[in-house]
Amino acid sequence: MKNLGSIFAAYLIGWGVFFLFYLSIAKRTSDLRAEIERLKNSLLRPK
Amino acid sequence: MVKRVIFGTLALLFVIAGAYAAFFIAPTERTMGDIQRIFYFHVGSAWAGMDVFFVCFIGNLLYVWRRDPKYDSLGVSCAEVGLVLTTVVLITGPIWAHPVWGIWWTWDARLTSTFVLWLLYVSYLLLRSLIEEADRRALLSALFGIFAYIDVPLVFFSIRWWRTQHPAPVFMGGEGSGLDPIMKKVFFFNVLAMHIFAAFLVAERYVLERTKHEVELLQHEAEA
Repeated sequence: MKNLGSIFAAYLIGWGVFFLFYLSIAKRTSDLRAEIERLKNSLLRPK
Repeated sequence: MVKRVIFGTLALLFVIAGAYAAFFIAPTERTMGDIQRIFYFHVGSAWAGMDVFFVCFIGNLLYVWRRDPKYDSLGVSCAEVGLVLTTVVLITGPIWAHPVWGIWWTWDARLTSTFVLWLLYVSYLLLRSLIEEADRRALLSALFGIFAYIDVPLVFFSIRWWRTQHPAPVFMGGEGSGLDPIMKKVFFFNVLAMHIFAAFLVAERYVLERTKHEVELLQHEAEA
């Protein structure tokens, strides 16, 4: 296969971008869920 | 949660099958050789990106009309996913172009309009990050999103209106255009796979946006 390096580079970089994007979504969602738990606990605590 | 895992697994299986078909089922193109196999991933991402921007446009229009935050969430989710897909198009394009054209990049109509599209949606997300107040942020970004979408048809028609460096359209491109029947099947399978994958990313990003909205509501409650 000619230009195999370029073909693999295109697919690997492309899927790398998608993977990093998915990781960033998962990380941001998990941080927000932790924030929701914290806020709920602070609201339940008697003032 | 189970539905999301099933959806993600299905999307992953489709894109893996698409890549397998691009490498092992599609025949080698006569003029360009194996490097043309990037076509399935590059154009699949581009078509999915344009359709995701269309959904973003609909979300923006609906927000301006109804002022319902869920349309704002849909708009920003699609804008981000469309931007990522366009980034992949802008990366894979030059990797394909270099061995074929002998250059990485040229300011031709298709490439320039795609780059402008990328810049417009980067601006859309930047604009959102600069406005604190939720309603104002949603309205201004929806209006900007409607304006940004004007570039999508321009990208699509650029290779029909101007004949520059980028190849002429393969489909509905007039005499001499078209694909080998096996290539066509592999191509449309990859387009379908990229659409399923894009829909999965939009769904995940939408969940994130709704969670963000929930945090904002709780913060208001805590401050009150």
